[in-house]
Amino acid sequence: MTDLTKLTLSEARDGLKKKTFTAAELTDAFIGAIEKANPAINAYVLPTPEHARAQAKDSDKRIASGKAGLLEGLPLGNKDLFCTNGIRTTACSKILGNFVPAYESTVGQNLWNAGAVMLGKLNNDEFAMGSSNETSAWGTVVSPWRRKGKDGKPTTDKLVPGGSSGGSSAAVAADLCLAATATDTGGSIRQPAALTGTVGIKPTYGRCSRWGIVAFASSLDQAGPITKTVRDAAMMLKVMASHDLKDTTSVDAPVPDYEAALGKGVKGLRVGVPKEYRVDGMSKEIQKLWDDGIAWLKAVGATIHDISLPHTKYALPAYYIVAPAEASSNLARYDGMRYGLRVQGDNLTDTYEKTRAEGFGKEVRRRILIGTYVLSAGYYDAYYLKAQKVRTLIKQDFDKAWADVDVVLTPTTPSPAFAFGEKSGDPLAMYLEDIFTVTVNMAGLPGMSVPAGLSSEGTPLGLQLIGKPFDEETLFRTAQAIEDAAGRFKAPGDWWMKG
Amino acid sequence: MQVDEATVRRIARLARIKVTDAEAKGLENELTQILQWVEQLGEVDTSAVEPMTRVVPSAIKMREDVIADGEIAATVTANAPMSEDEFFVVPKIVE
Repeated sequence: MTDLTKLTLSEARDGLKKKTFTAAELTDAFIGAIEKANPAINAYVLPTPEHARAQAKDSDKRIASGKAGLLEGLPLGNKDLFCTNGIRTTACSKILGNFVPAYESTVGQNLWNAGAVMLGKLNNDEFAMGSSNETSAWGTVVSPWRRKGKDGKPTTDKLVPGGSSGGSSAAVAADLCLAATATDTGGSIRQPAALTGTVGIKPTYGRCSRWGIVAFASSLDQAGPITKTVRDAAMMLKVMASHDLKDTTSVDAPVPDYEAALGKGVKGLRVGVPKEYRVDGMSKEIQKLWDDGIAWLKAVGATIHDISLPHTKYALPAYYIVAPAEASSNLARYDGMRYGLRVQGDNLTDTYEKTRAEGFGKEVRRRILIGTYVLSAGYYDAYYLKAQKVRTLIKQDFDKAWADVDVVLTPTTPSPAFAFGEKSGDPLAMYLEDIFTVTVNMAGLPGMSVPAGLSSEGTPLGLQLIGKPFDEETLFRTAQAIEDAAGRFKAPGDWWMKG
Repeated sequence: MQVDEATVRRIARLARIKVTDAEAKGLENELTQILQWVEQLGEVDTSAVEPMTRVVPSAIKMREDVIADGEIAATVTANAPMSEDEFFVVPKIVE
């Protein structure tokens, strides 16, 4: 039999439908692959093979009785930010300890209701704060990709899989699940997707329920999938998205059949290219990638338009006020009283302070302190309110652009994947990873990263598409056109399967 | 904005995070650097701009004021670092 782990989500769906293999066989193939590869990749912080086998068995029964759901029997990875009923959830922080939720996230429940199988919990940056998965309490994730040295041969440098959804991107790229859940607050779906040759979409704010997802910055957080192909992302988002009474910011709007949009093509579509994204020092290969994307879309009938988004440069500094402010507020709940870690101190305040000093990692502490500072007495107007006003201007830039274009095309990241430690010493250098993605969260728009080429080091690069609110369909059909032209990119070698 | 050690300690106290002397020194520089970087927002004229509150304008949703769950004390306290008879056990607050 062919290696079932190499299938895409849609190929696996077709195989199950044709009864070429069973959900149990498919699931076992992934369980075997995870056992072999996880020591090298560390994508899973908690594999759940027994849970997966039980779900697969039920799926096979439903398939046999003609009651298959949209994702019946398809094995997925679930980011450890999503609460799982009866299964440990830590957000990859020591402070949650052995927290076992008594409830399931709405996005997760939607997937399991559609018949999907959960293979385990995936690694991420602690509380989703990071761009390299280096801040996880469970250790770093190693990208299956390796860069070439000057002699053209692959090096053994350990590359980051991006972050914060680094476990999700690495697991999908290394064939350790068919697709994965992820979340994106400033780029945490799209940047890891770009760095691993996978597809990632952050839908419009409100498209997916945030209920049961460990909160980072509530006005920015959105769930979405990381997948092998554009079609797979369409299949996943269709099921993940829903209106949910438990999240008042989730939107009561019909969820379209995204897969149906894929074949629509881009003839006559107006694609905007914002001049402000041509940042100083942009590498030639990122520039070329962007030009390739423009040429591909033109070749299949889209028209290209120069646009201006004048407040782009202020998105990142505004983000680093809004996100830490909201995080400092959200993370106040970790006080060592009701769940998670408690470090006994001399008195109540001392207990709080010791618990939070020991439970939170360095980057999380840094962001809580910044957030506390900008929200402290006398500074609210100067920082948080100012940043929220700048946010309005960023959104208005896009509102104006939508008069002339239907979708915006940019690179996803300013550079290809880097090695461990190369950026972790300098918080600002790491924050710049999100320079092209963060505007999308600030404006609440949908954004998608599609693999589009390889760097001179032989590692993947992605193009980003930005759409109008709730117009994910246009992102999918444009992304399909890019995928058709660029092809797919697989990490060579399978070295991670060799132990 | 220059963040000094006293400010770091005041903020850390507000955030209920203990910092060592060595950490406080490092944080002085890091927080100063980050706050100086965000100061570029001062270039933007926002005098006539409303702060953003929502992506898509929509009315606040209301629901019936009814009890939706409850009687699950054991579940609620199941993850507590210390609990007794379905109560959270917390440090003494009043002397």
